[in-house]
Amino acid sequence: MLDRLTEFFFPKQVSTFASDIDNLYFFIFYSSVTLFFIVVFGMVYLSIKYRHRKGEELKLTSSKDHSNLLESLFFIIPLILVSITFVWGIRSYLKMVIVPDDAIEIKVTGQSWFWTFDYPDGGTTLNELVVPSNRPVKLVLSSKDVLHSFFIPVMRSKMDCLPNRYNVMWFDATKEGVYDIFCTEYCGTGHSQMGAKVIVMKPAQYDDWASELGSEDDDLPLDELGAKLYTKKACNTCHTLDGSALVGPSYLQTSQMWGQERVFDDGTSSIIDDNYIRSSILEPMTQIVAGYQGVMPTYQGLLSDRELDALIAFLKTLNEDSQI
Amino acid sequence: MSHHNPDSPSHLKHYFYDVNQQYETSKFAMWAFILTEVLTFAGLFVAYIVYRSWYPDMFIDAHKLLDVNKGLTNTIVLITSSLTMALAIWAIQKNNRKLSVLMLVATFVFALAFLGIKYLEYSHKFEVGQLPGEFYSYMGPDAVHLNNPHIFFSIYFIMTGLHGLHVAIGMGLIAWLIYSTHKGNLTSEYYTPMEMIGIFWHLVDLIWIYLFPLFYLIG
Amino acid sequence: MSDNTKQNYLNHPKGIMSWLLTLDHKRIGLMYLVSGILFFFMGGLLALVMRFELAAPGNDILSNDLYNNAYTLHGAIMIFLFIIPAIPGALGNILLPLMVGAKDVAFPRLNLASFYIYSFGALFALYTIVNGGVDTGWTFYTPYSTQSSSNVVPMTLGIFIIGFSSILTGLNFIATVHKMRIPGLTWYKLPLFVWALYGTSLVQITATPVLAITMVLLMLERFLGIGIFDPALGGDPVLYQHFFWFYSHPAVYIMILPAFGIISEIIPVHSRKKIWGYKFIAYSTLSIAFIGFLVWGHHMFTSGQSVFSQIVFSFITYFVGIPTGVKIFSWILTMYKGQVSFTPPMLYALSFLFLFTIGGLTGIFLGAVALDIHLHDTYFVVAHFHYVMQGGTIVAFLGGLHHWWPKSFGVMYNQTIANIAALGVFIGFNGTFFPQFLLGLRGMPRRYATYDEQFVELHSYSTFWSGILGISIFIAVMNLFWSFIKKNKVDPGSNPWGGMSLEWTHTSSPPHPHNFEEEPVLQHGPYDYDKVIVEKTYKK
Repeated sequence: MLDRLTEFFFPKQVSTFASDIDNLYFFIFYSSVTLFFIVVFGMVYLSIKYRHRKGEELKLTSSKDHSNLLESLFFIIPLILVSITFVWGIRSYLKMVIVPDDAIEIKVTGQSWFWTFDYPDGGTTLNELVVPSNRPVKLVLSSKDVLHSFFIPVMRSKMDCLPNRYNVMWFDATKEGVYDIFCTEYCGTGHSQMGAKVIVMKPAQYDDWASELGSEDDDLPLDELGAKLYTKKACNTCHTLDGSALVGPSYLQTSQMWGQERVFDDGTSSIIDDNYIRSSILEPMTQIVAGYQGVMPTYQGLLSDRELDALIAFLKTLNEDSQI
Repeated sequence: MSHHNPDSPSHLKHYFYDVNQQYETSKFAMWAFILTEVLTFAGLFVAYIVYRSWYPDMFIDAHKLLDVNKGLTNTIVLITSSLTMALAIWAIQKNNRKLSVLMLVATFVFALAFLGIKYLEYSHKFEVGQLPGEFYSYMGPDAVHLNNPHIFFSIYFIMTGLHGLHVAIGMGLIAWLIYSTHKGNLTSEYYTPMEMIGIFWHLVDLIWIYLFPLFYLIG
Repeated sequence: MSDNTKQNYLNHPKGIMSWLLTLDHKRIGLMYLVSGILFFFMGGLLALVMRFELAAPGNDILSNDLYNNAYTLHGAIMIFLFIIPAIPGALGNILLPLMVGAKDVAFPRLNLASFYIYSFGALFALYTIVNGGVDTGWTFYTPYSTQSSSNVVPMTLGIFIIGFSSILTGLNFIATVHKMRIPGLTWYKLPLFVWALYGTSLVQITATPVLAITMVLLMLERFLGIGIFDPALGGDPVLYQHFFWFYSHPAVYIMILPAFGIISEIIPVHSRKKIWGYKFIAYSTLSIAFIGFLVWGHHMFTSGQSVFSQIVFSFITYFVGIPTGVKIFSWILTMYKGQVSFTPPMLYALSFLFLFTIGGLTGIFLGAVALDIHLHDTYFVVAHFHYVMQGGTIVAFLGGLHHWWPKSFGVMYNQTIANIAALGVFIGFNGTFFPQFLLGLRGMPRRYATYDEQFVELHSYSTFWSGILGISIFIAVMNLFWSFIKKNKVDPGSNPWGGMSLEWTHTSSPPHPHNFEEEPVLQHGPYDYDKVIVEKTYKK
């Protein structure tokens, strides 16, 4: 039954400390439910039993306003319950804070509005954290701009990301799978779209993946690679493919205007071509499209030349596709 | 109740029983207000402590850019003004209206002098660029090695600025006292406003007595 | 009561200037009540718009920006323009002098100034609404708030100004309670609402100055780049959080203590029974006020503060819960061997016991550091604070309005409608916020304009019941004001609930402009239902 309740309340238990935390929750839960029922029963019973019945005369009521026994109970029982809760909470917390020595270290950088992960043997992913199962993983977190917070519900783990500072969190994932990551510190317009995924792989698979990092897309045709990068590099957070404007212009619109002039917020304009796309990705603040805010981060250093070419190729195909 | 009583003095408000209750209430509330002022400045003192503990050397080196002589003069000026304020109250207790007004005027003048000296200090800093935050630009030989000196000046300007604002407000209140006493509204029978403003003025002095060593005398 | 009943504070003196320049605490209280309710409805409308948007996962009626502005304004208006100023300002102002036997507060002109300062500060907040809003959350965390292009400065300026109003009201109330009680009215004979206002005022005068300085530092950071909270300039954003929460945690006690006081009045009167554990309730008020200053770090368990801080803040947080628990049991035991009437005030009080207990208990979950790591910044926290602030404070406030309405205004509302609305509030509230505990446990973050599909079912339940909640609150408040329009006057000498404190026994309904025609002589304590029978009277 406890298992069914755990499934009802919580996401999966993936990290090694998740079940301990869930158990702490249930201890507090059952204690609270008990106290709550005492309160509700007490108030319903007493208010009904001692209700003023219709027509009853008003009378002098009891002087009793004190009971050493009861008052001691009101104090001592909650005190015992919260003491247990406090100690349990701290002991579990200490486990979450002391990082095992053999943890692999992954650097997590939050910026408005996507996540970058840098791996120990080199390589970077965007919005996809890949980790091995049954191996402690230490995350070193920071932010490039404002406060963010890195939350993985299934690991029961969360830590704020500060600019110019490093915070640490760790977990040891026991089950393979793909799970949610959410940003949990308000960071502006795209805060609710700043999600990511953590992919837990078997250790052997992870090792293969890590060594291949960066080389897996070598054989893809450019436009297909571009389509993949559209989501992998988080472009989709701010640019749609269907023509609707989000934080940034839709790729469809850009594609349809290929070869035409685009006006920027300072009155200047430029023809939409390969060069324009390249500079808008690497130096987005130099030409802000009229009617949009200047909030796009630069991808300088985050995309290889081949990846840039791929995105340009992909963009071009959108117009062709829509004319079919 | 009391306001129908033709014998009660004109300054007694109708919701008080007697002048004593009114006086006690004013004094009590004034001290509670002083508590709120202390907490306001306490927040800034906390900021000072935090940043000084993070940049201890910078604080010590940066403070040398302050003019200790002007600071010391200001301290003496303000302490003297507290004395004249107390004397003004003593004078009115003896119903010596002329002396009381004189002491109040002296207090006002000392306060003005304090602000005058502060103005000299501030304008010098503006000239050389020893300014808070992103406006800091002083790069003299005694400062170029400092790590984040703008933080020291940020805290310096905020704290002395807020204090200076209180001095200015105090001056306004003292000016009103001068007027009121001169007109004869305050006498040995009723001088509560002077006493209350006196308490405020002593607080303003006390805060400076903490500010002075923390900014001008460290290291 | 006397025959001089035609003259009361509502109709004497006459004329608009006599209202705008009034020094009568009851008139000032009424002005706070009207503005407070206006802002309450404004904040409530924002909430309904938010819930409407959240019924489905995507951006249905609001863009991200509009939603983010809506949730920020909802929080800032509810907290700074309604709960903190208006509840002590409205009920406290009308009742405190009456309850201590005084003709007014200690400093009536300061009282009027408080109201105008509050209104002036509120104007700035309203300006931000029409000028494009502010989207930082009511917490204004740096560095986002120092960099955001939204109207951070007008809003923080408004809050800074309103803070002065808070401090002056607190000073006034403290001086009144200490110095203006009638002879014989010792501390332990005071109604517990007075103790509650006293505790609230102590917190107001000691905590609000820190908020003021925090807002000033934030504004200076934006204007001058002083670098105190900006890491690029050598500052620390977490320091902002420490400054902010040092005020804002005690602020939640400013919000709940008056509510506790109201419940302490309603339950003994409507149960016609001496309150259980008077001294405990009084002392727990003071201890909560004090301990509340030591727990602010429990809002920062994921900020990266030291392990030592985490332990200390968690430890002290649990201590603040114990006195509150004592109060709940005391209120329940008050009904033992009483004569309980299920009047609208009593229904609200019983609602409070139910809802606040849930709110308080869910605080226990959040105080456990290991569990808070999972729950922080999720909907679990949103549900927790709505249970204590709305299920607690606002329900108690509505109860207090229903309890003191006939006394303050000399009219009686339709009690049947009031009871139904109270039930609607209770059911609507639970339906809206209980699902949010589950949302939080399952990982749904707060301040999200859009969300993942997996959360849609719970959100849709929450939205549906929020409509019921909104309608019920609206009906409850309108029903109160309708009693004015319908002029359901009660006899000026009436005491519909049989209350025993000075406002019930020695003033008319509505009270005379100077409260008491003769100085009241204390005959019994406020809850001496075991010694004296007070008739329930009201004639139309």
